[in-house]
Amino acid sequence: MRYLPLTNDDRQAMLAKVGASTIDDLFVDVPEIARLNGTIPDLPMHASEMAVERHLSKLAARNLTAGDGPFFLGCGAYKHHVPASVDHIIQRGEFLTAYTPYQPEIAQGTLQMLFEFQTQVARLFGTEVANASMYDGSTACWEAVVMAGRVTRRKRAILSSGLHPHYVSVANTMAKFTGDTLVTGTPALTAEPDTDALIEQIDDDTSCLVVQYPDILGRIGDMTKLAEAAHAKKALLIAVVTEPVALGAIKSPGEMGADIVVGEGQSLGVGLQFGGPYVGLFGCSQKLVRQMPGRLAGETVDAEGKRGYVLTLSTREQHIRREKATSNICTNSGLCALAFSIHMTLLGEAGLRRMAALSHAMACRTADALTNIPGVELVNDHFFNEFTVKLPGEARPVVRALADKGILAGVSLGRLYPAEGALANGLVVAASEMTTQEDITALAQGLKEVLA
Amino acid sequence: MSLNQSGWRPEMGSGNDGAAVDTFTGNRALMLEESLIFEIGSNDVTGVDFPEGDVVGSRLGDLSRTSPIGLPGLTEPETVRHYTRLSRQNYAIDLGLFPLGSCTMKHNPRLNERVARLPGFADIHPLQPVDSVQGALGLIHELADWLVKLTGMNSVAMSPKAGAHGELCGILAIRAALEARGDARQVVLVPESAHGTNPATAAFAGYKVEAIPATKEGRVDLEKIRERLGPDVASVMITNPNTCGLFERDMKAISDAVHEAGAFVYCDGANFNAIVGRVRPGDLGVDAMHINLHKTFSTPHGGGGPGSGPVVFSEALTPFAPLPFVEKRDDGFHLVEEETADEHHAHSFGRMVAFHGQMGMFTRALSYIMSHGADGLRQVAEDAVLNANYILRSLDDVLHAPFGKGPCMHEALFGDAGIAEGLSTLDIAKALIDEGFHPMTMYFPLVVHGAMLIEPTETESRADLDQFIGAVRSVVERAKAGDERLKGAPYYAPRRRLDETQAARKPVLVWNEPEPAAAAE
Repeated sequence: MRYLPLTNDDRQAMLAKVGASTIDDLFVDVPEIARLNGTIPDLPMHASEMAVERHLSKLAARNLTAGDGPFFLGCGAYKHHVPASVDHIIQRGEFLTAYTPYQPEIAQGTLQMLFEFQTQVARLFGTEVANASMYDGSTACWEAVVMAGRVTRRKRAILSSGLHPHYVSVANTMAKFTGDTLVTGTPALTAEPDTDALIEQIDDDTSCLVVQYPDILGRIGDMTKLAEAAHAKKALLIAVVTEPVALGAIKSPGEMGADIVVGEGQSLGVGLQFGGPYVGLFGCSQKLVRQMPGRLAGETVDAEGKRGYVLTLSTREQHIRREKATSNICTNSGLCALAFSIHMTLLGEAGLRRMAALSHAMACRTADALTNIPGVELVNDHFFNEFTVKLPGEARPVVRALADKGILAGVSLGRLYPAEGALANGLVVAASEMTTQEDITALAQGLKEVLA
Repeated sequence: MSLNQSGWRPEMGSGNDGAAVDTFTGNRALMLEESLIFEIGSNDVTGVDFPEGDVVGSRLGDLSRTSPIGLPGLTEPETVRHYTRLSRQNYAIDLGLFPLGSCTMKHNPRLNERVARLPGFADIHPLQPVDSVQGALGLIHELADWLVKLTGMNSVAMSPKAGAHGELCGILAIRAALEARGDARQVVLVPESAHGTNPATAAFAGYKVEAIPATKEGRVDLEKIRERLGPDVASVMITNPNTCGLFERDMKAISDAVHEAGAFVYCDGANFNAIVGRVRPGDLGVDAMHINLHKTFSTPHGGGGPGSGPVVFSEALTPFAPLPFVEKRDDGFHLVEEETADEHHAHSFGRMVAFHGQMGMFTRALSYIMSHGADGLRQVAEDAVLNANYILRSLDDVLHAPFGKGPCMHEALFGDAGIAEGLSTLDIAKALIDEGFHPMTMYFPLVVHGAMLIEPTETESRADLDQFIGAVRSVVERAKAGDERLKGAPYYAPRRRLDETQAARKPVLVWNEPEPAAAAE
């Protein structure tokens, strides 16, 4: 019981102090029917650090990791190199084991960090402000749709067919309960996203247009026309960025007129972690800030006039507004936001641009190597670090066969869109600055063998 | 070099202490001022070395970024120093007691951190073929099994990202179950003492929220619930143990009444740490309950998340649980997603998050649960409750305990009666900062005037509790005596009281380059 400081003598003395003869006296309010007299059956007893580590290490060893071989998966989670100092800093107890900064006088470390994070995210997205993070990209995306509904007082949202299908799924789940109408679609394997079709769907009841950039197939569409068309109907443009590193190479959504920009911050600092915890990014214009969900750190001064930071605009939040809050969100993703922010600080603009350029270059090389294989066709005209190829047959078994060879080849569209036969041959392949020429050669060779 | 951008200088000593001196930097020995990265960094500095050489090829179309982004960089030593300095302005459980009632944190074991970083868990992609992640799915399954058995429930949804997200998951399952039987209901009943997330969640899920009053003894009023139940009530949300630190004695009777009226019982499991191993919510008729892994199972809170809020379900709600989830079959572990959901899962209310939940928190929680085992977890609840009662009985002669001498469960609740005119709970809390403690939860629950809610957890030694008790007694005695200096507290923290009104009136949420005139000063 290495985590329990009380000794048996302590317990006896403390029971005496509280006037109880046994610990059971303190549980008298539990109805008899629910009192357990011994330990819960069928569960193991306590274990040493050694034993726990051994058990979990065995489980860990049963997974093929991204570092074990050539790795090309993306679609909302990306493998990038995270400098060692990031993990060192987030493990400092003062960050790791701090609670939400409810007492700002003794939480300036977290609050200043969040203020810096908000500024970094806003600049990356090209928005005026950003919040202190959300759970992940998918929940940030839905919260943005809800926010657009509040701003426009409309309940019809158009989700582009290029939006990550899991994000669409989350929105569909929530919309069933909130009564929002969602217009959704399945992407076609075309070289460019269909901007005109999207524009045609905007009507006077539309609250927002939600567009992923780059999209699920890796395509990059100019959003300027979308923003103009949405604004002409007094609707908002929401841009979704699942790969923030891309914004080191391509224009920010804010520059193209997006009103709200949300995203998944996992690429920077956080790591793959089988899908979580990740960090949702959320930026918007200053005039919309009071409709924004989630925590916000703001600058102020203390009683001596020293600059300091506090959580602010909490009158939007559940602990004050209860059922009238902008969201029920209580937690953010503080430690992941810290990891993101440290990584971004280490990179700086120069580093981010270099990382983006290398990721793009490795993706170009990968695309060239794959399209040299007979029967493999590149779908995209343009892409950042991720692109889609059409294989001569279904991609899903190919991905499995390559995994058996130790090559994680990409995400098959069959996994993401099981009901869409037309997409079954699609394979989404991602590269990064960590991709090597050997990885590319191994992938191309492996794919050639599997297809043969 | 780091300038003192805040412009602040410590005041000169008053002459009679001889200790306070002005410093050039604004620092006070180990208390170091730290500027923003935007003030000390530069856009062309980087702390990361990448392979050199030309980068060829561009398939970005005409969308290449041309304008500067404005992201300053620091070298590695500067980065480490910047964040290390910031970290030292934080209070943390590693430094001392975090007695935030209903929120609190216990010690975060470092074994949890080590196992979460095993590449087999940390470096796997959520969309890898399931054959290549059998260990990860096995871990989720194993943790799920623990949670189901510890709560005496039927199943668990692992994907919710935090406690409030778990609440939403539970309420959506309830709504789906009602709609499946063609029974649209409009109202969710929530006790006055509930966490703010409860009413916000119910409203977010499309329900009208009605408050249930508490009895004089700080518990939910069973008779009031019985009176209000009817064909329009979908669910009653009960926090048990509740936010007054009391076990809801009538829980089973409440559940029976709710079920009889055709509604479902949602239990806010934030305080499960008080009863884990001693009471199974399933035995009390609960239909859905979220578990805050950080609070009961020691995952770190990281200055405000990430959380993780698995939701356990009764048999009645199990068919409506969200996707995805892990299933063990003869040939291994399967991930049940949209495509693989067969007729057994046709009623699932859908997906709540992009992937499979907070894997990094699952590894940590399982590491903690295995360390304690069934016997240790029971001891956890007992020690947590003993510590809280020890605080209650050690302070109830100086502070007003509105619900008597106990026993309480995991937290001790006090009101501000007896505090001198002009002083408040806030002043007591801020003075505790000077004593080296994080303050308790203030002004919550709303049912007690000037509430102070103290939750020590089981990971405090008796000596640490005694020191905390001594500090609270001292501060409260000063507050009763009308010591005006309390209004200025804290005096010794990195910052004095911060002006929250100014922050909200004209929000400054991002750093902006100072105006040229100001910069030239």
